[in-house]
Amino acid sequence: MLRTFTPPQLSDARYFQIAGQAAILAIGLLLREFEITPIQIGAVLATCFAVQWLGSTLNAMRFDWRSPLITTLSLSLLLRSDGVWPLMLAAMIAIGSKFAIRLYGKHIFNPANAGIVAMLLFTDAAWTTTGQWGTALWFAIFIAIAGSVVTWRASRLDVPLIFLGAYAALVFGRALYLGDPLSIPLLRLENGALILFAFFMISDPKTTPDSATGRTIFAVAAAALAFVLQFNFFIADGLFYALFALTLVRPLIDWLNPGSRYEWGTPPAPVRLALPSGAPAHPRPAPAE
Amino acid sequence: MNRKLRNALFAATAVVSATSVAGGAVAFCGFYVAKADTKLFNKASKVAIMRDGERTVITMANDYKGDLKEFAIVVPVPVVLEEGQIHVTDSAILDHLDAYTAPRLVEYFDEDPCRQYRYDEMAMAAPAAESITVTARKRGVDSLGVTIEAEYTVGEYDIQILSAKESGGLAEFLKQNGYKLPDGAEETLASYIRQNIKFFVAKVNLEEQAATGLKYLRPLQVAFEDKRFMLPIRLGTVNADGKQELFAFMLTRKGRVETVNYRTVKLPSDMDVPLYVKDNFGTFYKAMFERSVEREGERAVFLEYAWDMSWCDPCAADPLSDEELKELGVYWIGDTSQPGQRIAPGNPARDVFVTRLHVSYDAEHFPEDLMFKETGDRSNFQGRYVLRHPYKGDAQCEAADAYRASLPERYEGEAQTLARLTGWEIDKIRERMAKGGQSFETPKKDSWWKRLWGNDSKDG
Repeated sequence: MLRTFTPPQLSDARYFQIAGQAAILAIGLLLREFEITPIQIGAVLATCFAVQWLGSTLNAMRFDWRSPLITTLSLSLLLRSDGVWPLMLAAMIAIGSKFAIRLYGKHIFNPANAGIVAMLLFTDAAWTTTGQWGTALWFAIFIAIAGSVVTWRASRLDVPLIFLGAYAALVFGRALYLGDPLSIPLLRLENGALILFAFFMISDPKTTPDSATGRTIFAVAAAALAFVLQFNFFIADGLFYALFALTLVRPLIDWLNPGSRYEWGTPPAPVRLALPSGAPAHPRPAPAE
Repeated sequence: MNRKLRNALFAATAVVSATSVAGGAVAFCGFYVAKADTKLFNKASKVAIMRDGERTVITMANDYKGDLKEFAIVVPVPVVLEEGQIHVTDSAILDHLDAYTAPRLVEYFDEDPCRQYRYDEMAMAAPAAESITVTARKRGVDSLGVTIEAEYTVGEYDIQILSAKESGGLAEFLKQNGYKLPDGAEETLASYIRQNIKFFVAKVNLEEQAATGLKYLRPLQVAFEDKRFMLPIRLGTVNADGKQELFAFMLTRKGRVETVNYRTVKLPSDMDVPLYVKDNFGTFYKAMFERSVEREGERAVFLEYAWDMSWCDPCAADPLSDEELKELGVYWIGDTSQPGQRIAPGNPARDVFVTRLHVSYDAEHFPEDLMFKETGDRSNFQGRYVLRHPYKGDAQCEAADAYRASLPERYEGEAQTLARLTGWEIDKIRERMAKGGQSFETPKKDSWWKRLWGNDSKDG
């Protein structure tokens, strides 16, 4: 076991992800009254690790502690319940889906997303509280900065930027069509949960398409579906359902647009944004140390 | 002669009706002494929403106090309502719901530090609803692109359901019909029209109103099915001077309701406050609420109560009766026809969860209508503030000395809490506490040997 705690190789984007999500969770608990108890977090952690260990053992894989920790943090950030069991069940589904549902050696679902969607669809015992994140600009910016570092290290900075760009275009377009004040789409875009979703969930390198074109299709389609679910069907959890649906389509996108498979620890690739020229691009990433 | 457009959905003020407290109160959660209901706020509107799946019943209270001829209200509604979907109810029911869910002040009396004590419970009755008459008429299309989808007289209200092709026509129609539209209302109307929303327009039918024999307007109710779980507040903010208060009482089956597009924050609760708050509970609650609004950057909706409707502890008022809940749209109440759903007498499990939300809003901080979601959260929450009366008797024991010595520190804690919650000056709080008998001076401690022989300890 000790071997797994060798000094962190910082080329692995997951260390940045763990640090970022832990910081956001701390802010949420201290300043945003996130309603999750230490016991609940502990139970989710224990469940994630137990299922990860079981899955690794059954599949003769090396036990990895980073992925279940990330899933723990994601669930703690986004899912709420009165009890401990519903969260543990979500954790079980999250990690379990990673081992049980695979195609061409890659898991299909984003683990935390699968856990959340299963609980929302099949029980009333757990719920998300996207409103609870509020619309404080500083919080949204903090999440975006932390998320940019993480997704850049994972060579996936294109996903959150394209997703948010497409989503922003849609909500601003809606406001213009309705003649609404722009404060309404801004209110939606400053939501902390949306930014977290963009930078820490939908951008998971393991469940996004391998090629840049594929990822562009993936991110734009997710934004469009989330928008339709939220504003035409008035489904508050549209974001999570949209990602779930898109991860189902992802193997097809990969098949049509093959690209090199991402492995944790791969140094950050220069990000190619599939945006028309003249569109605001993000700054070039600093050279890796 | 222009009627004033009470521009707003729900921009009306809380209906006055004092649900007074008759008697003394409850057990282990404290002795109930006072509540802070919605009539503390000037421009407050009260809305009850029953929501189950897509089924929705909205009850809108109205405390319009001006000339009844001038009263008019425009409410965006998602569908064209048939006459059976509109109803007028007794304002006492909403008042009862308000009282039941109001933030409450409770008090405890310290026990004799050398002995033990107990307390009892209290209750309060609620009035029943009354029936109304419904008549209906119909009319055709207007040249302004406004269709009068339906026209009814329900209770004391003349109601029209309008749909419009464009906001200019609708605004013109309203103006021609004697409504005075505030500047800026047209853009908001346009947005609703594009979202295929209809308009529910109500004026007072003076004859019918006189026939009710009432001096006030009764709450209007609408029942419909729609995917949207929301409350339109935008029209009300168009030309409002200053902020408006809204109390939304949600009646659901699964659990607590919260806003999706704004933060829902729990009101600070379960705090010990100085004894003098007993005489100023309303002032305290208002100051605390305003302070909380500021602290959250004026952008939060506050949760003031979340509870299973079957009980309360302590009770600010009795839970609502089945009849009252049914009147507010809780259609599943008392439905014993479904197998497996038994209602036990005494403490029936009624499957009704009530959420009380309080928001102070304006266009700047709440640009979008309130969108809600129902969560599975059934944990109880109430705004509850505690008075702790020190033991006044003549206790003589070692524990009593320690108890009395601990009081100044406790009072200081209460003063700090009150200052933090309300923003009031701490020195003034301390002064008032001292005047009311909560002294900050450490009591002189008798020497141990004085208690040994009491007052007869002289040589002899």
